[in-house]
Amino acid sequence: MKVLTLNFLSCAVKSCKSSSDSFPLHPKDAELVSDDVELNQQLLVNLLPRIDWNALRTTSTELGFPQLPEQPPTAEELQADAKMLKDLHTLLMETQINEGKLVCGHCGHEYAVREGIANFLLPSHLV
Amino acid sequence: MAISSTAPSALPSSSAADAVAKLTAAGAETETEPAAAEAEAEAYERTHVHCVYEAIAPHFSATRYKPWPAVGSFLRAQPPGAVGFDVGCGNGKYLGVNPEILMVGSDRSASLVALARSRCKELQNRQAGAAAAGTGGEARGAAVATDVLVADGLSLPFREHSADFVICVAVIHHMSTRARRQDAIRQLLRCVKLGEAGRTGGQALVYVWALEQGTSRRGWDEGGEQDLLVPWVLKSQQKQQKPPKGVKGEGTGEASAADKSGEAPPTPATAAAPEPGVAPSHTDPVFQRYYHLYRKGELEQDVLAAGGVVVSSGYERDNWWVVAANGLVAHERR
Ligand SMILES: [Zn+2]
Repeated sequence: MKVLTLNFLSCAVKSCKSSSDSFPLHPKDAELVSDDVELNQQLLVNLLPRIDWNALRTTSTELGFPQLPEQPPTAEELQADAKMLKDLHTLLMETQINEGKLVCGHCGHEYAVREGIANFLLPSHLV
Repeated sequence: MAISSTAPSALPSSSAADAVAKLTAAGAETETEPAAAEAEAEAYERTHVHCVYEAIAPHFSATRYKPWPAVGSFLRAQPPGAVGFDVGCGNGKYLGVNPEILMVGSDRSASLVALARSRCKELQNRQAGAAAAGTGGEARGAAVATDVLVADGLSLPFREHSADFVICVAVIHHMSTRARRQDAIRQLLRCVKLGEAGRTGGQALVYVWALEQGTSRRGWDEGGEQDLLVPWVLKSQQKQQKPPKGVKGEGTGEASAADKSGEAPPTPATAAAPEPGVAPSHTDPVFQRYYHLYRKGELEQDVLAAGGVVVSSGYERDNWWVVAANGLVAHERR
Protein backbone atom coordinates (compact mmCIF):
# COMPACT_ATOMS: atom_id res chain seq x y z
CA MET A 1 0.00 0.00 0.00
CA LYS A 2 1.27 3.40 -0.98
CA VAL A 3 1.76 6.12 1.63
CA LEU A 4 -0.43 8.24 -0.65
CA THR A 5 -3.31 5.80 -0.18
CA LEU A 6 -2.97 5.85 3.60
CA ASN A 7 -3.85 9.55 3.46
CA PHE A 8 -7.37 8.60 2.29
CA LEU A 9 -8.07 5.86 4.82
CA SER A 10 -9.54 5.88 8.29
CA CYS A 11 -10.79 3.17 10.62
CA ALA A 12 -13.52 0.96 9.09
CA VAL A 13 -15.45 0.80 12.38
CA LYS A 14 -18.53 3.00 11.98
CA SER A 15 -18.44 4.46 15.48
CA CYS A 16 -14.84 5.58 14.88
CA LYS A 17 -15.63 7.68 11.81
CA SER A 18 -16.70 10.72 13.80
CA SER A 19 -13.54 10.67 15.91
CA SER A 20 -10.53 12.63 14.68
CA ASP A 21 -8.37 9.93 16.27
CA SER A 22 -9.41 7.42 13.62
CA PHE A 23 -7.39 9.29 10.98
CA PRO A 24 -4.71 8.81 9.98
CA LEU A 25 -4.18 5.18 10.83
CA HIS A 26 -0.82 4.55 12.49
CA PRO A 27 1.64 2.12 10.89
CA LYS A 28 3.05 -0.44 13.32
CA ASP A 29 5.93 -2.86 12.70
CA ALA A 30 5.87 -1.60 9.14
CA GLU A 31 8.20 -3.16 6.60
CA LEU A 32 8.64 -0.64 3.80
CA VAL A 33 9.61 -1.32 0.23
CA SER A 34 10.31 1.15 -2.53
CA ASP A 35 8.88 0.82 -6.01
CA ASP A 36 10.52 2.34 -9.04
CA VAL A 37 7.87 4.76 -10.28
CA GLU A 38 8.33 7.39 -12.96
CA LEU A 39 7.78 10.88 -11.59
CA ASN A 40 4.58 12.47 -12.85
CA GLN A 41 4.99 16.07 -11.75
CA GLN A 42 1.58 17.24 -12.91
CA LEU A 43 -0.18 14.43 -11.10
CA LEU A 44 1.59 15.31 -7.84
CA VAL A 45 0.75 18.99 -8.19
CA ASN A 46 -2.88 18.15 -8.94
CA LEU A 47 -3.16 15.71 -6.03
CA LEU A 48 -1.63 18.11 -3.52
CA PRO A 49 -4.85 19.99 -2.62
CA ARG A 50 -6.60 16.64 -1.93
CA ILE A 51 -3.98 15.51 0.54
CA ASP A 52 -4.54 16.07 4.24
CA TRP A 53 -1.19 17.66 4.96
CA ASN A 54 -1.26 17.32 8.73
CA ALA A 55 -2.01 13.62 8.44
CA LEU A 56 0.79 13.20 5.92
CA ARG A 57 3.22 14.91 8.29
CA THR A 58 2.23 12.47 11.02
CA THR A 59 2.59 9.45 8.73
CA SER A 60 5.90 10.66 7.34
CA THR A 61 7.37 11.06 10.82
CA GLU A 62 5.98 7.72 12.00
CA LEU A 63 7.60 5.96 9.07
CA GLY A 64 10.95 7.56 9.83
CA PHE A 65 11.04 10.07 6.99
CA PRO A 66 12.38 13.61 7.56
CA GLN A 67 9.91 16.05 9.06
CA LEU A 68 7.74 17.74 6.44
CA PRO A 69 7.22 21.52 6.63
CA GLU A 70 4.24 22.69 8.67
CA GLN A 71 2.46 24.11 5.66
CA PRO A 72 2.04 22.33 2.33
CA PRO A 73 3.80 23.93 -0.63
CA THR A 74 1.66 25.83 -3.10
CA ALA A 75 1.41 24.43 -6.62
CA GLU A 76 3.90 27.06 -7.79
CA GLU A 77 6.35 26.31 -5.00
CA LEU A 78 6.17 22.60 -5.69
CA GLN A 79 6.69 23.02 -9.42
CA ALA A 80 9.75 25.21 -8.79
CA ASP A 81 11.33 22.95 -6.19
CA ALA A 82 12.86 19.87 -7.79
CA LYS A 83 14.02 18.47 -4.46
CA MET A 84 10.64 18.75 -2.81
CA LEU A 85 9.01 17.17 -5.87
CA LYS A 86 11.40 14.25 -5.71
CA ASP A 87 10.98 13.85 -1.95
CA LEU A 88 7.19 13.89 -2.14
CA HIS A 89 7.24 11.52 -5.09
CA THR A 90 9.44 9.11 -3.14
CA LEU A 91 7.23 9.30 -0.06
CA LEU A 92 3.79 9.23 -1.69
CA MET A 93 4.21 7.19 -4.86
CA GLU A 94 7.23 4.95 -4.36
CA THR A 95 7.09 4.03 -0.70
CA GLN A 96 4.92 1.03 0.06
CA ILE A 97 3.95 -0.56 3.33
CA ASN A 98 4.54 -4.18 2.44
CA GLU A 99 4.01 -5.89 5.78
CA GLY A 100 2.84 -4.73 9.17
CA LYS A 101 -0.24 -3.26 10.78
CA LEU A 102 -2.33 -0.12 10.63
CA VAL A 103 -3.68 0.90 14.01
CA CYS A 104 -6.74 3.03 14.76
CA GLY A 105 -5.96 5.72 17.33
CA HIS A 106 -9.55 5.66 18.58
CA CYS A 107 -10.55 2.01 19.04
CA GLY A 108 -7.08 0.48 18.86
CA HIS A 109 -8.05 -2.07 16.23
CA GLU A 110 -5.12 -3.30 14.16
CA TYR A 111 -5.53 -3.95 10.45
CA ALA A 112 -3.01 -6.34 8.93
CA VAL A 113 -1.00 -5.51 5.83
CA ARG A 114 0.36 -8.54 4.02
CA GLU A 115 2.18 -8.57 0.71
CA GLY A 116 1.30 -4.92 0.26
CA ILE A 117 -2.44 -5.40 0.77
CA ALA A 118 -4.25 -4.01 3.80
CA ASN A 119 -7.23 -6.00 5.04
CA PHE A 120 -10.08 -3.96 6.56
CA LEU A 121 -12.55 -6.78 7.11
CA LEU A 122 -13.84 -6.49 10.65
CA PRO A 123 -14.48 -9.21 13.21
CA SER A 124 -18.25 -9.53 13.74
CA HIS A 125 -18.25 -7.75 17.11
CA LEU A 126 -16.88 -4.57 15.49
CA VAL A 127 -19.26 -4.44 12.50
CA MET B 1 -15.86 -22.76 3.16
CA ALA B 2 -19.36 -23.98 2.75
CA ILE B 3 -19.90 -23.92 -0.96
CA SER B 4 -22.51 -25.89 -2.76
CA SER B 5 -20.92 -27.72 -5.64
CA THR B 6 -23.88 -29.65 -6.90
CA ALA B 7 -24.67 -29.72 -10.59
CA PRO B 8 -27.42 -27.28 -11.53
CA SER B 9 -29.73 -30.13 -12.45
CA ALA B 10 -29.58 -31.20 -8.81
CA LEU B 11 -30.83 -27.81 -7.74
CA PRO B 12 -34.61 -27.75 -7.64
CA SER B 13 -36.03 -24.60 -9.12
CA SER B 14 -37.54 -23.76 -5.76
CA SER B 15 -34.17 -23.54 -3.99
CA ALA B 16 -33.47 -19.94 -4.83
CA ALA B 17 -37.01 -18.95 -4.01
CA ASP B 18 -36.86 -20.84 -0.72
CA ALA B 19 -33.63 -19.19 0.24
CA VAL B 20 -35.04 -15.81 -0.62
CA ALA B 21 -38.30 -16.46 1.19
CA LYS B 22 -36.29 -17.37 4.25
CA LEU B 23 -34.33 -14.21 3.81
CA THR B 24 -37.38 -12.05 3.42
CA ALA B 25 -38.75 -13.61 6.57
CA ALA B 26 -35.51 -12.73 8.31
CA GLY B 27 -35.82 -9.20 6.98
CA ALA B 28 -39.35 -8.92 8.31
CA GLU B 29 -38.05 -9.53 11.81
CA THR B 30 -35.83 -6.52 11.58
CA GLU B 31 -37.79 -4.50 14.09
CA THR B 32 -37.74 -7.12 16.80
CA GLU B 33 -34.35 -8.70 16.25
CA PRO B 34 -32.28 -6.50 13.96
CA ALA B 35 -28.97 -8.03 14.97
CA ALA B 36 -30.15 -11.57 14.29
CA ALA B 37 -31.65 -10.66 10.92
CA GLU B 38 -28.52 -8.78 9.94
CA ALA B 39 -26.35 -11.72 10.96
CA GLU B 40 -28.50 -14.02 8.85
CA ALA B 41 -28.22 -11.76 5.80
CA GLU B 42 -24.48 -11.60 6.30
CA ALA B 43 -24.17 -15.35 6.61
CA TYR B 44 -26.26 -15.79 3.47
CA GLU B 45 -24.04 -13.40 1.49
CA ARG B 46 -20.94 -15.13 2.86
CA THR B 47 -22.11 -18.39 1.32
CA HIS B 48 -23.71 -17.08 -1.83
CA VAL B 49 -21.44 -14.16 -2.70
CA HIS B 50 -18.14 -13.95 -0.81
CA CYS B 51 -17.16 -17.61 -0.78
CA VAL B 52 -18.16 -17.95 -4.41
CA TYR B 53 -15.92 -15.11 -5.55
CA GLU B 54 -13.02 -16.46 -3.50
CA ALA B 55 -13.42 -19.80 -5.23
CA ILE B 56 -13.92 -18.56 -8.78
CA ALA B 57 -11.57 -15.54 -8.64
CA PRO B 58 -9.00 -16.56 -11.30
CA HIS B 59 -11.66 -17.87 -13.66
CA PHE B 60 -13.86 -14.85 -13.05
CA SER B 61 -10.94 -12.50 -13.57
CA ALA B 62 -10.00 -14.11 -16.88
CA THR B 63 -13.41 -13.10 -18.20
CA ARG B 64 -13.20 -9.56 -16.84
CA TYR B 65 -10.66 -7.61 -18.83
CA LYS B 66 -12.76 -5.17 -20.86
CA PRO B 67 -13.85 -1.99 -19.08
CA TRP B 68 -17.52 -1.20 -19.53
CA PRO B 69 -17.41 1.76 -21.99
CA ALA B 70 -19.77 4.05 -20.05
CA VAL B 71 -17.74 3.54 -16.86
CA GLY B 72 -14.57 4.26 -18.82
CA SER B 73 -16.05 7.52 -20.08
CA PHE B 74 -17.02 8.52 -16.55
CA LEU B 75 -13.45 7.87 -15.37
CA ARG B 76 -11.80 9.67 -18.26
CA ALA B 77 -14.05 12.69 -17.68
CA GLN B 78 -12.58 13.19 -14.19
CA PRO B 79 -10.25 16.19 -13.86
CA PRO B 80 -6.49 15.58 -13.45
CA GLY B 81 -5.59 14.95 -9.82
CA ALA B 82 -9.05 13.65 -8.93
CA VAL B 83 -9.26 11.00 -6.21
CA GLY B 84 -11.61 8.09 -6.82
CA PHE B 85 -12.55 4.86 -5.09
CA ASP B 86 -13.72 1.73 -6.88
CA VAL B 87 -15.87 -0.15 -4.37
CA GLY B 88 -16.03 -3.79 -5.42
CA CYS B 89 -13.14 -3.39 -7.84
CA GLY B 90 -12.86 -7.10 -8.64
CA ASN B 91 -9.72 -7.69 -10.65
CA GLY B 92 -9.14 -3.95 -10.91
CA LYS B 93 -9.87 -3.41 -14.56
CA TYR B 94 -11.04 0.18 -13.94
CA LEU B 95 -8.06 1.21 -11.82
CA GLY B 96 -5.74 2.16 -14.67
CA VAL B 97 -8.24 3.70 -17.06
CA ASN B 98 -7.33 7.32 -16.32
CA PRO B 99 -3.58 7.75 -15.58
CA GLU B 100 -4.00 11.33 -14.36
CA ILE B 101 -6.01 10.46 -11.24
CA LEU B 102 -5.59 8.45 -8.03
CA MET B 103 -7.75 5.33 -7.97
CA VAL B 104 -8.05 3.12 -4.90
CA GLY B 105 -9.97 -0.10 -5.36
CA SER B 106 -11.54 -2.18 -2.60
CA ASP B 107 -13.12 -5.59 -2.73
CA ARG B 108 -14.51 -8.11 -0.27
CA SER B 109 -12.57 -10.90 -2.00
CA ALA B 110 -8.89 -11.10 -1.04
CA SER B 111 -8.24 -13.32 -4.04
CA LEU B 112 -9.61 -10.74 -6.47
CA VAL B 113 -7.71 -7.95 -4.71
CA ALA B 114 -4.47 -9.92 -5.10
CA LEU B 115 -5.17 -10.21 -8.82
CA ALA B 116 -5.98 -6.50 -9.01
CA ARG B 117 -2.71 -5.68 -7.28
CA SER B 118 -0.70 -7.72 -9.77
CA ARG B 119 -2.44 -5.85 -12.53
CA CYS B 120 -1.61 -2.44 -10.99
CA LYS B 121 2.01 -3.51 -10.47
CA GLU B 122 2.27 -4.57 -14.07
CA LEU B 123 1.02 -1.19 -15.29
CA GLN B 124 3.47 0.59 -13.03
CA ASN B 125 6.39 -1.59 -14.09
CA ARG B 126 5.62 -1.17 -17.75
CA GLN B 127 5.66 2.57 -17.17
CA ALA B 128 8.99 2.47 -15.34
CA GLY B 129 10.48 0.15 -17.97
CA ALA B 130 9.38 2.37 -20.82
CA ALA B 131 10.76 5.44 -19.08
CA ALA B 132 14.11 3.76 -18.43
CA ALA B 133 14.39 2.55 -21.99
CA GLY B 134 13.21 5.89 -23.32
CA THR B 135 10.83 4.06 -25.57
CA GLY B 136 7.49 5.43 -24.50
CA GLY B 137 4.60 4.28 -26.55
CA GLU B 138 1.51 2.94 -24.90
CA ALA B 139 3.15 2.23 -21.57
CA ARG B 140 4.17 5.84 -21.08
CA GLY B 141 0.61 6.79 -20.31
CA ALA B 142 0.15 3.94 -17.86
CA ALA B 143 -1.33 4.67 -14.48
CA VAL B 144 0.98 4.91 -11.49
CA ALA B 145 -1.40 6.17 -8.82
CA THR B 146 -3.46 3.03 -8.22
CA ASP B 147 -3.86 0.94 -5.10
CA VAL B 148 -6.04 -1.82 -3.71
CA LEU B 149 -7.27 -3.10 -0.36
CA VAL B 150 -9.66 -5.65 1.11
CA ALA B 151 -12.82 -4.21 2.65
CA ASP B 152 -16.54 -4.80 3.05
CA GLY B 153 -18.80 -2.41 1.17
CA LEU B 154 -20.83 -1.79 4.33
CA SER B 155 -17.74 -1.01 6.45
CA LEU B 156 -15.46 0.97 4.19
CA PRO B 157 -12.15 2.32 5.50
CA PHE B 158 -12.16 5.44 3.36
CA ARG B 159 -11.75 8.85 4.97
CA GLU B 160 -15.15 10.47 4.90
CA HIS B 161 -15.92 12.90 2.09
CA SER B 162 -12.39 12.69 0.73
CA ALA B 163 -13.13 11.39 -2.77
CA ASP B 164 -13.99 13.35 -5.87
CA PHE B 165 -15.96 10.35 -7.09
CA VAL B 166 -16.77 6.72 -6.40
CA ILE B 167 -17.71 3.93 -8.76
CA CYS B 168 -19.51 0.77 -7.72
CA VAL B 169 -20.09 -1.56 -10.64
CA ALA B 170 -22.02 -4.80 -10.36
CA VAL B 171 -21.76 -4.98 -6.58
CA ILE B 172 -24.89 -3.75 -4.84
CA HIS B 173 -27.08 -6.38 -6.50
CA HIS B 174 -25.21 -8.95 -4.35
CA MET B 175 -26.65 -7.49 -1.13
CA SER B 176 -29.52 -9.65 0.00
CA THR B 177 -31.87 -7.18 1.70
CA ARG B 178 -33.12 -3.81 0.58
CA ALA B 179 -31.89 -2.21 3.80
CA ARG B 180 -28.38 -3.46 3.07
CA ARG B 181 -28.50 -2.27 -0.55
CA GLN B 182 -29.56 1.18 0.59
CA ASP B 183 -26.89 1.16 3.28
CA ALA B 184 -24.29 0.29 0.63
CA ILE B 185 -25.29 3.39 -1.35
CA ARG B 186 -25.19 5.43 1.87
CA GLN B 187 -21.59 4.29 2.41
CA LEU B 188 -20.65 5.36 -1.12
CA LEU B 189 -22.11 8.81 -0.50
CA ARG B 190 -20.10 9.09 2.71
CA CYS B 191 -16.92 8.66 0.66
CA VAL B 192 -17.47 11.55 -1.74
CA LYS B 193 -16.94 15.24 -1.07
CA LEU B 194 -19.80 17.36 0.14
CA GLY B 195 -20.83 20.28 -1.98
CA GLU B 196 -20.04 23.83 -0.97
CA ALA B 197 -21.30 27.13 -2.21
CA GLY B 198 -20.12 27.42 -5.79
CA ARG B 199 -18.76 23.90 -5.87
CA THR B 200 -20.68 20.70 -6.43
CA GLY B 201 -19.96 17.64 -4.34
CA GLY B 202 -18.57 14.31 -5.44
CA GLN B 203 -20.51 11.78 -7.46
CA ALA B 204 -21.12 8.08 -7.09
CA LEU B 205 -21.67 5.99 -10.22
CA VAL B 206 -23.57 2.77 -9.52
CA TYR B 207 -24.31 -0.10 -11.91
CA VAL B 208 -26.61 -3.00 -11.13
CA TRP B 209 -28.20 -5.80 -13.11
CA ALA B 210 -31.62 -5.04 -14.45
CA LEU B 211 -34.66 -7.26 -14.16
CA GLU B 212 -35.75 -5.97 -17.54
CA GLN B 213 -33.57 -7.89 -19.94
CA GLY B 214 -36.22 -8.52 -22.57
CA THR B 215 -33.79 -8.72 -25.44
CA SER B 216 -31.29 -11.01 -23.73
CA ARG B 217 -31.15 -14.77 -23.99
CA ARG B 218 -31.69 -15.13 -20.26
CA GLY B 219 -35.39 -14.54 -20.37
CA TRP B 220 -35.57 -12.30 -17.32
CA ASP B 221 -38.05 -9.49 -17.69
CA GLU B 222 -40.52 -7.17 -16.07
CA GLY B 223 -42.72 -8.85 -13.49
CA GLY B 224 -40.28 -11.73 -12.95
CA GLU B 225 -38.60 -12.94 -9.81
CA GLN B 226 -36.07 -10.37 -8.62
CA ASP B 227 -34.06 -12.44 -6.15
CA LEU B 228 -32.15 -15.23 -7.78
CA LEU B 229 -29.33 -17.67 -7.35
CA VAL B 230 -27.29 -17.60 -10.53
CA PRO B 231 -24.86 -20.44 -11.17
CA TRP B 232 -21.23 -20.13 -12.12
CA VAL B 233 -19.79 -23.31 -13.57
CA LEU B 234 -16.11 -23.52 -12.79
CA LYS B 235 -14.82 -25.14 -15.94
CA SER B 236 -11.48 -26.84 -15.93
CA GLN B 237 -9.32 -25.56 -18.81
CA GLN B 238 -9.07 -28.95 -20.51
CA LYS B 239 -12.80 -29.18 -20.82
CA GLN B 240 -13.25 -26.07 -22.91
CA GLN B 241 -13.47 -28.09 -26.09
CA LYS B 242 -16.20 -28.54 -28.63
CA PRO B 243 -19.36 -29.81 -27.02
CA PRO B 244 -20.16 -33.41 -27.83
CA LYS B 245 -23.25 -33.68 -29.96
CA GLY B 246 -26.52 -34.17 -28.19
CA VAL B 247 -25.18 -33.22 -24.77
CA LYS B 248 -27.26 -30.52 -23.21
CA GLY B 249 -25.53 -28.03 -20.98
CA GLU B 250 -26.83 -27.43 -17.51
CA GLY B 251 -25.20 -24.10 -16.98
CA THR B 252 -22.30 -22.03 -18.04
CA GLY B 253 -19.41 -19.91 -16.94
CA GLU B 254 -19.47 -16.42 -18.31
CA ALA B 255 -16.38 -16.50 -20.50
CA SER B 256 -18.28 -16.01 -23.73
CA ALA B 257 -20.60 -13.37 -22.34
CA ALA B 258 -18.00 -11.06 -20.86
CA ASP B 259 -18.87 -8.03 -22.94
CA LYS B 260 -21.17 -6.55 -20.32
CA SER B 261 -20.71 -4.11 -17.51
CA GLY B 262 -18.11 -6.25 -15.91
CA GLU B 263 -20.91 -8.61 -15.09
CA ALA B 264 -22.75 -10.63 -17.65
CA PRO B 265 -25.52 -12.79 -16.28
CA PRO B 266 -25.22 -16.45 -17.08
CA THR B 267 -28.28 -18.53 -17.63
CA PRO B 268 -30.04 -19.23 -14.37
CA ALA B 269 -30.09 -22.78 -13.16
CA THR B 270 -33.82 -22.86 -13.55
CA ALA B 271 -33.69 -22.08 -17.27
CA ALA B 272 -30.41 -23.56 -18.39
CA ALA B 273 -29.14 -23.31 -21.93
CA PRO B 274 -25.93 -24.65 -23.44
CA GLU B 275 -23.11 -22.25 -24.22
CA PRO B 276 -21.62 -22.65 -27.70
CA GLY B 277 -18.05 -23.89 -27.58
CA VAL B 278 -18.12 -24.79 -23.92
CA ALA B 279 -18.71 -28.36 -23.02
CA PRO B 280 -20.29 -28.79 -19.63
CA SER B 281 -19.24 -31.66 -17.48
CA HIS B 282 -20.97 -33.27 -14.55
CA THR B 283 -17.76 -32.93 -12.58
CA ASP B 284 -17.43 -29.17 -13.01
CA PRO B 285 -18.26 -27.50 -9.70
CA VAL B 286 -21.14 -25.04 -9.78
CA PHE B 287 -21.30 -22.05 -7.49
CA GLN B 288 -24.57 -20.31 -6.79
CA ARG B 289 -24.30 -16.53 -6.58
CA TYR B 290 -27.09 -14.46 -5.11
CA TYR B 291 -28.43 -11.57 -7.22
CA HIS B 292 -31.10 -8.99 -6.70
CA LEU B 293 -32.28 -7.87 -10.13
CA TYR B 294 -33.31 -4.23 -10.03
CA ARG B 295 -36.58 -3.20 -11.60
CA LYS B 296 -37.09 0.14 -13.30
CA GLY B 297 -36.97 3.06 -10.86
CA GLU B 298 -35.81 0.97 -7.92
CA LEU B 299 -32.19 2.13 -7.99
CA GLU B 300 -33.26 5.77 -7.91
CA GLN B 301 -35.56 4.99 -4.97
CA ASP B 302 -32.66 3.40 -3.12
CA VAL B 303 -30.49 6.47 -3.74
CA LEU B 304 -33.19 8.70 -2.24
CA ALA B 305 -33.64 6.35 0.71
CA ALA B 306 -29.88 6.56 1.28
CA GLY B 307 -30.15 10.34 1.54
CA GLY B 308 -28.76 11.02 -1.91
CA VAL B 309 -30.02 12.80 -4.97
CA VAL B 310 -30.11 11.43 -8.48
CA VAL B 311 -27.91 13.45 -10.81
CA SER B 312 -28.61 11.24 -13.80
CA SER B 313 -29.71 7.69 -14.43
CA GLY B 314 -30.44 5.28 -17.21
CA TYR B 315 -30.41 1.80 -18.68
CA GLU B 316 -27.61 0.26 -20.62
CA ARG B 317 -27.45 -3.30 -21.92
CA ASP B 318 -29.14 -5.25 -19.12
CA ASN B 319 -28.02 -2.81 -16.41
CA TRP B 320 -29.58 0.09 -14.57
CA TRP B 321 -27.14 2.85 -13.68
CA VAL B 322 -27.31 5.99 -11.60
CA VAL B 323 -25.02 8.91 -10.83
CA ALA B 324 -25.81 10.00 -7.27
CA ALA B 325 -24.61 12.84 -5.07
CA ASN B 326 -25.17 13.88 -1.48
CA GLY B 327 -28.59 15.39 -0.87
CA LEU B 328 -27.26 18.56 0.63
CA VAL B 329 -25.54 19.46 -2.61
CA ALA B 330 -28.60 19.53 -4.80
CA HIS B 331 -30.49 21.46 -2.15
CA GLU B 332 -27.88 24.19 -2.10
CA ARG B 333 -27.62 24.32 -5.83
CA ARG B 334 -31.27 24.99 -6.32
ZN1 LIG C 1 -11.30 2.49 15.13
